[in-house]
Amino acid sequence: MSQPTHGAVVEPAAPGGRSTTAQADDAIAGSSRGDGVYRFLTTAAAWAIPLLLGLITLEVVLAAWPAFETFGLSFLTSSEWDEVRGVFGAAPMIYGTVVSSVLALVLATPLALGVAIFLSEFAPSWLRTPVAFLVDLLAAIPSVVYGLWGIFVLLPFLRETVMPFLAGTLGLGNTPFFSGPAYGPSMLAAAVILAIMILPYISAVSREVLMAVPRSQREAAMALGATKWEMIRDAVIPYARSGIVGGVILGLGRALGETMAVTMLIGNRHEISSSLFAPGYTLASVIANEFAEATGALHTSALMACGAVLLGVTLLVNAIARWLVWQVAREGR
Amino acid sequence: MTSSTAPTRPRRDTGVRRATALRTAGTLTRRRAVNALMQGVMYVAALLAVLPLLLIVWHLAREGASSISLDFFTRMPKPVGEVGGGMGNAIAGTLVLLGVASAIGLPIGIGAGLYLAEQRGSRLATSVRFLSDVLNGLPSIVMGIFAWQFLVRPLGHFSATAGGIALGAMMIPLVTRTTEEMIRLVPTSLREAALALGYTRWRTSLTVVLRTALPGIVTGALVAVARIAGETAPLLFTAFGNQFWSLALDQPISALPLQIFNYAISPYDEWHRLAWAGALVLIGLVLIISLIARYATRSRFGGGGD
Repeated sequence: MSQPTHGAVVEPAAPGGRSTTAQADDAIAGSSRGDGVYRFLTTAAAWAIPLLLGLITLEVVLAAWPAFETFGLSFLTSSEWDEVRGVFGAAPMIYGTVVSSVLALVLATPLALGVAIFLSEFAPSWLRTPVAFLVDLLAAIPSVVYGLWGIFVLLPFLRETVMPFLAGTLGLGNTPFFSGPAYGPSMLAAAVILAIMILPYISAVSREVLMAVPRSQREAAMALGATKWEMIRDAVIPYARSGIVGGVILGLGRALGETMAVTMLIGNRHEISSSLFAPGYTLASVIANEFAEATGALHTSALMACGAVLLGVTLLVNAIARWLVWQVAREGR
Repeated sequence: MTSSTAPTRPRRDTGVRRATALRTAGTLTRRRAVNALMQGVMYVAALLAVLPLLLIVWHLAREGASSISLDFFTRMPKPVGEVGGGMGNAIAGTLVLLGVASAIGLPIGIGAGLYLAEQRGSRLATSVRFLSDVLNGLPSIVMGIFAWQFLVRPLGHFSATAGGIALGAMMIPLVTRTTEEMIRLVPTSLREAALALGYTRWRTSLTVVLRTALPGIVTGALVAVARIAGETAPLLFTAFGNQFWSLALDQPISALPLQIFNYAISPYDEWHRLAWAGALVLIGLVLIISLIARYATRSRFGGGGD
């Protein structure tokens, strides 16, 4: 830390043969101008973020406007999607987005919490870094690679092993949730890949929050004779609860907007089906899948309207999540 | 420190009180068994979480490695039915897109990070910090729609610039966040020493503070680049893809993730093979950038930054 100080501080004494007072005068004269420019530039960069967010919202709403104007609220409730007649309703996509994301949360949350607890409480120190690194690496894999792996590895596995097991061996085939033929591309497949993708986000936030729990809290529980698990359950998790919830909601935000992997695995059909084996659609995947072959301005605008709905939902979900995490961070201080 | 905060939060104590109650409830053996069981469950959870990563890496290596050769990096894609061909144009296209994105994302992100670190408490700083988090959480496909409506639609054609802008917008919150964090790590005494020696504020910020924090900021920038390198959704209707060799900024441009997507959903085995190879190259690219980022951080703590 001390080395850069050295180099940087010595430098100004060197230049020119002019007197130090003249230099100081120059510096004072130049200071207000230079400082003004510097201040202006950094402030402008800071303003760029709110402006960009505003511009994004504006442009997306503009692109979506024709569809909203034509269909009004029925865009959200109708499940008719007919390019030929020019009627568009996004209900199946909204349903698919919510179901796939919530299901992904149900699958990922216990696992992510388990990893977070493992890393913050149980893991021996030599195992902590590599496991944390590997889990974090899951977040670095591009969505399209998940999709590729999903198509050629996950789908066959689900079709040949998991789906027959759920429907046959467990006898759930008669329930509406696991009925119908198992083709592979399905709501279930999308939820499983989403669960893998959001796991690192939930576990990273949970781990951070768990580690922020004061030591006194743990020691108090231990001193009262609690076992390690009792300490975690009764002293650590309650303290970290709202932060963990924030992490889960952050994961939800990720899952809602995830596009490529879902597009490649969900089967892309405009239908609401209770069965998780049936193909579906999400707001993001319909845009990715149909944009290239969109027929006419209204079709394109309907796709953009799906994007606008998605934008609204994720803005809301993210704001809630950030607020919750901040709340804990502030309390922990 | 902690003792002073305890009385203000009575609800935090309930957990401890419950633990006391439990201590008397179960027998010690049972409680120890539960403890061991839960410990086992956490180990299994960690194993299950790491498993998909290992599987993905293994499949990528098995399916993709055999197709990687010099041709893959230099040749153009071949039409359906012909064996061979590479993804030279897609790899070059991805590099161009990353360049455009960095040209937009880095100056704004670093500038905003400087502002946030220096004007820590101001109202603008607080809201910008929050909004940059919100921006970070926006779905990438929304960035695509934004760039399409903003640039592609008015100009009437897809372009590398539009794709770069969509990716650059995604970079801004990432770079802002790390820049702020890194600059906050620079000791105040350093800034004060420079100011006391007569440095103007802007020179202090740029030549002393920013310079000290530079390795960390470089790391942050590289991590941001690694994250957007694999993005596909924002490019679908901005960069669009291109079958031919094109690096022009005002023309549609090919990109590695786009090409992987198109090949993966195609019905041809030969294209599937190329998709796996492309995915392996993409992961390799992301990994190399991340490793360089790690190296940059290490040299920072290893001393001798100059």
